Amino acid sequence: METIKLKIDGKDVTTAKGTTILKAAKEFGIHIPTLCYLHLEDLNIENKPAGCRVCVVEIEGRRNLAPACATDCTEGMVVNTHNIRVLNARKTVLELILSDHPTDCLVCAKNGTCELQTMAQEMGIRELHYQGEQSHYREDTSPAIIRDVDKCIMCRRCEMMCNEVQTVGALSAVNRGFMSVVAPAFEMNLDHSVCTYCGQCVAVCPTGALTEVDHTNNVIRALADPTKTVVVQTAPAVRAALGEEFGLPAGTLVTGKLTAALRRLGFNYIFDTDFAADLTIMEEGTELLSRLNRHLKGEKVPLPILTSCCPAWVNFFEHQFPEMMDIPSTARSPQQMFGAIAKTYFADKIGVKRENLVVVSVMPCLAKKYECQREEFATDGNPDVDFSISTRELAHLIKQSNIEFMSLPDEDFDNPLGESTGAGVIFGTTGGVIEAAVRTAYELQTGKKLENVDFKELRGMEYIREATIDFDGLPIHIGIAHGLGNARKLLQDIKDGKSHYHAIEIMACPGGCIGGGGQPLHHGDSSIIKARQKAIYEEDRNKTIRKSHENPYIIELYENFLGKPMSDKAHHLLHTHYFDKSKETTVE
Amino acid sequence: MATITLSTNKLEQLKDVCKSFNNDKKELINVLHKAQGIFGYLPAELQEIIAKELNVSVAHVYGVVSFYSFFTMLPKGEHPISICLGTACYVRGAEKVIDEFKKHLQIKVGETTADGKFSLSCLRCVGACGLAPVVLVGDKVYGRVAPDGVKKILEEYS
Repeated sequence: METIKLKIDGKDVTTAKGTTILKAAKEFGIHIPTLCYLHLEDLNIENKPAGCRVCVVEIEGRRNLAPACATDCTEGMVVNTHNIRVLNARKTVLELILSDHPTDCLVCAKNGTCELQTMAQEMGIRELHYQGEQSHYREDTSPAIIRDVDKCIMCRRCEMMCNEVQTVGALSAVNRGFMSVVAPAFEMNLDHSVCTYCGQCVAVCPTGALTEVDHTNNVIRALADPTKTVVVQTAPAVRAALGEEFGLPAGTLVTGKLTAALRRLGFNYIFDTDFAADLTIMEEGTELLSRLNRHLKGEKVPLPILTSCCPAWVNFFEHQFPEMMDIPSTARSPQQMFGAIAKTYFADKIGVKRENLVVVSVMPCLAKKYECQREEFATDGNPDVDFSISTRELAHLIKQSNIEFMSLPDEDFDNPLGESTGAGVIFGTTGGVIEAAVRTAYELQTGKKLENVDFKELRGMEYIREATIDFDGLPIHIGIAHGLGNARKLLQDIKDGKSHYHAIEIMACPGGCIGGGGQPLHHGDSSIIKARQKAIYEEDRNKTIRKSHENPYIIELYENFLGKPMSDKAHHLLHTHYFDKSKETTVE
Repeated sequence: MATITLSTNKLEQLKDVCKSFNNDKKELINVLHKAQGIFGYLPAELQEIIAKELNVSVAHVYGVVSFYSFFTMLPKGEHPISICLGTACYVRGAEKVIDEFKKHLQIKVGETTADGKFSLSCLRCVGACGLAPVVLVGDKVYGRVAPDGVKKILEEYS
């Protein structure tokens, strides 16, 4: 490796050729502030448009200051990262950005987590010297995401997530100069674009330009309404991340405190989406085996089967691969299965009318907000899931309600829809849904008992993984992709007839739900997502029952209500169909 | 938003343009240039087809169209008039030439006359600075245009 010697802030530094000043400085403990820059190490994707100029440094012998994020080190370079010239320039740059930014910080959704706000604080900005024209755009509210573009600072991180990581292509920089902004095609609203609501743009937005549609007030109103029975379900990934909002290190499991907090918020029944994940496995696993066995008999059936739990992924193929809509499983997502069962089976059981039962979901996801509003998931206009709030929104709700999260005791979920297995828990991470499916499908197909339920070959963080599982002499080829860009690659292979898989698991967000758009902000730090993944597998390990089909309440649900997997009733309540949305994006 | 419904014939023509650039996404600007040459402007529907043919997102195509002032989403006149506002043309009085065109046509820059005959736009440097100020009508270049020569140019197309 060729190395380079240079001086940064008087320190002699040796670094590899091709290293930027920003990285070299970081290696030696010098933190140069950045705003537009974002490095997703695992994905090997770097956003460095060098647009904000906050990271400028002085290089001796050069007339102009240089952006550290986009300037490579050269031999003998002498760099000053914080002399008076640099500090003044940095402050000026920041003040100029602020001169075209609303100052309603106190009532902004990002108040407290805004990177621009933090930087203004760190730089000691106490006065705005520049007053000029401000850009104004109309606010764009979709079912899941709000674009308040007045707050956009053109860092273009969202554009990178949408195009390079997710390959969705909903957002692009448009217009030029002062008028330039990130927007969907023809500056239409997001709900007229190919947006999947994965929320990865929201997850990286440094300011309040992109935020989620906040449903906490709807939840508070429902809880206060004495005529309503309010049921809550929490997704597996929430328990592995919520603690971060209360200062706990990433990867701390807070399942017990989470249920305790929900009970104190006033929910009547604290249930678990993991229960519905077990139910999903029963339906999806049965569908997989049915397709597989027909295929083995020589019938022409669509294979591989693709998982359908992830609503952003569903939106993605409805928009971009409508010709392949017969491949994904027809099983609804756990959120929607839960809603359908809660508003029929459970409502009957407790003698509450459908319209008086409110189902709230806590999700690591923003696309879930859209999913629960889909027309096909409602009966006579009453949705199966009324409101979906994100992990972040739940944290706000807990803080607003004077609940001291850290001193809460550990409590359990309620029955019957709160009992789940380890298989349900691992739905929260990439590789988890397919591992859960394999645990059940193996036993159903072979009639043999699985001694070891840990399928390590399906785990990890690699973006496209594959494994072959031996079903007692029958090799089952499995593919896994997370991040929609990677999903696209597997989908293209299927389209080109090059895919040899029997089943493929797809999750839209990098890392799976643990890296979802509704989770506590990780600011691009992938070690946080890895810590959450570890927590998910730890919860699985601690469960007594780890196979979905052994969940006693699932067995009871089939015996007393559904009959068997893929029965008519199960089809009606637990399965869905997809829509070609590729035409919907045309300009009105 | 202006929309058009492309005839099959025109659609094929557009696809041929993309094909002539091997449907290569790196050729987007050239494709747009050619398409605008054929259709006069680049309405949303056209951009959607180009995006599909070149396998890029519509948002990206719109990003490029909205970035370059040369591209327009509004129909141009039969004889599009472009006045160069590059440095050389500017210092040699291009602005007065624009004012003269505006006066004669009774339209602003970026607009088209009611009869659809002329439209007015500005551009930055056509690379003929020796002829400054430069005016283009369609593909025809007029050099050293003085305000009192504007009327004569317009008469050529009446």
